Amino acid sequence: MLLAVGSLTVMGAALGTVLGVAARFFAVEGNPLEAEILSLLPGSQCGQCGFVGCGQAAAALARGDAKVTLCPPGGKAVAEKLAKKVGVRVDLSEAEDRGPMVAYINEDLCIGCLRCMQECSTDAIVGAPKQMHTVVSEVCHACAKCFKICPTEAVEMRPIAVTISSWHWQKPGALQAPPQVH
Amino acid sequence: MKLFPIRGGIHPDYRKELTSEKPIVALPLPRLLYLPVQQHMGAPANITVQPGDQVKKGQVLAKGQGAVSAPIHAPTSGRIAEIANITAPHPSGLPQNTIILEPDGKDEWGDLPEPLADPFAATPQQIKDRVAGAGIVGMGGAAFPSAVKLGLGGSHKLEILLLNGAECEPYLTCDDRVMREYADQVVDGARIMAHALGTPRIVIAIERNKPQSLELIKKAAAAFANIDVADVPVQYPMGAERHLTQAVTGRETPARKLTADIGVVVHNVATARAVHQAVRFGRPLISRIVTVSGNAVREPKNIEVPLGTKVAELIDFCGGLAETPRRIISGGPMMGQPLPDLDVPVVKGTSGILALTAGEVNERPVQPCIRCGSCVSICPCGLVPVEMAAVIRHENMDAAVAWGVMDCVSCGSCSYICPSHIPLAQYFNYAKGRLNEQDRERRKRDLVKRLVEERAARLEKAAKAKREAAAARAAAQAAQAATAEANRVNP
Repeated sequence: MLLAVGSLTVMGAALGTVLGVAARFFAVEGNPLEAEILSLLPGSQCGQCGFVGCGQAAAALARGDAKVTLCPPGGKAVAEKLAKKVGVRVDLSEAEDRGPMVAYINEDLCIGCLRCMQECSTDAIVGAPKQMHTVVSEVCHACAKCFKICPTEAVEMRPIAVTISSWHWQKPGALQAPPQVH
Repeated sequence: MKLFPIRGGIHPDYRKELTSEKPIVALPLPRLLYLPVQQHMGAPANITVQPGDQVKKGQVLAKGQGAVSAPIHAPTSGRIAEIANITAPHPSGLPQNTIILEPDGKDEWGDLPEPLADPFAATPQQIKDRVAGAGIVGMGGAAFPSAVKLGLGGSHKLEILLLNGAECEPYLTCDDRVMREYADQVVDGARIMAHALGTPRIVIAIERNKPQSLELIKKAAAAFANIDVADVPVQYPMGAERHLTQAVTGRETPARKLTADIGVVVHNVATARAVHQAVRFGRPLISRIVTVSGNAVREPKNIEVPLGTKVAELIDFCGGLAETPRRIISGGPMMGQPLPDLDVPVVKGTSGILALTAGEVNERPVQPCIRCGSCVSICPCGLVPVEMAAVIRHENMDAAVAWGVMDCVSCGSCSYICPSHIPLAQYFNYAKGRLNEQDRERRKRDLVKRLVEERAARLEKAAKAKREAAAARAAAQAAQAATAEANRVNP
């Protein structure tokens, strides 16, 4: 009996030591899921999710404290990716997919107050005091902060128009319409 | 010469007899010409004329911008009527910025660059510049700027210039007619291109269903020891760049590499003719040969068309439509693009205009896949179309990439052979479009992230500078106060 107790004690001690050492040397700092989630988020720190920035939102998502639909600029596409990443099912059929958008400043209404320019986290708005402002659409990622802050409602969120270079074939579905021949 | 087999492929009904014996005829000048700024792969050309300008034939109307682009020239003399958004010859039917030229009927040439007296004494760079300046793009349909491909000699070790006269698409006979009627020009163009590329050998590959072309090109090339004429078997898609290279050299181009990486550059025969004209006569690319065919056309023809002519004028020139077509296609029936209507212009890459009847299109309702494996055995790229389509149907693009969807050349053989009429090639085109879109989104996300970080750093720096300035001001004030105090105490 002593032999059994002794050998189990020795084994327990040895394996415990191995586990203890491994826990110390192979420790993972932070949640790796957090970094992966962060790479999916737009990264513009717009704060519309209710967190300070994308990092905090990613941490909350990784803990399971936030919904995958939290990111308004990301829209349906980001929600889908997040759902896949954190392994939850989400019914997005209800969510309206506005598609990619871009801010547009109506120059007749702009009073040149600079507020949207200061708000923009990607420096996508150019302008000067009392001069009308405009949006560099290539860098606008549609967080809509300018849309909310504008005192004269000069900012509109417009869908990005499909061009010949961005168009692609649709998934096969219904038969295509015959050409229009007059 | 020794040829090598290529994998898979199909043998469709070629229907070339509709136009193969019709000599090239020139189209009379239309009333208006519509020249889109993007008739090539790469960046659109930058318009250099204003509405109301008088232009001469061959004058530059829009300059190429960036490394991959091509200029656009006036196909005839006349007045720029307007610059407007016109429906592009593209399946989307979306508008594109277009120069509208009103011919004056004089057809007067403007100042052309001096012909290169001896192209073989010119440097490769000179020939490349001339080809770039003439706005020449690949005329087989892809419309990739030819000058960029002629520059590959600098970065790759090249052995063979492979001239593509396979013309494996059914219906099309424009390359066949070019080879028959302008064999000498094609061979001369090929020699000039080989000189620019620095390739010692030229192979002109022609499918065996064009015996006259083979004979005439052989005769024209007989005087040159470095030119071989290869009669490749009739097998679709023999004319695909990678497959033709494999048929001639036996070498397979690795995935996502160029044929230049295995020492071969492929150019179309009509491109060779355009190079001949640009180098020997200084003429830019302002017209092309178009096959107008299909059973819905009264008199199918091969026509030399000024670029910018509306498709409707071509159809009228061919006696109009005999019946309402089910499809109008630009290019061949296998890889061509359907056109939204006849009101679009002919561009540099338009090799054919096909008006196909419902009988020719042979549309059938899609049925469930029976897993017969026909698509797998005929895929010329060695892919598994059945599995790719299944994962794409479920939007699983990562799996589609793993199955090799990006290596698909969209030849359409699988759609052709499928007994259940599943539009497989459309699934793959859709997947490629979605993947490109995702790639653009990712690039934008990276850009946004970088800009946000830069802005945060800038704001931080400004705040720090402000704090330091405030601290310095406070220190200066304190020092001043101390001096004043000292002065008050010890006057």
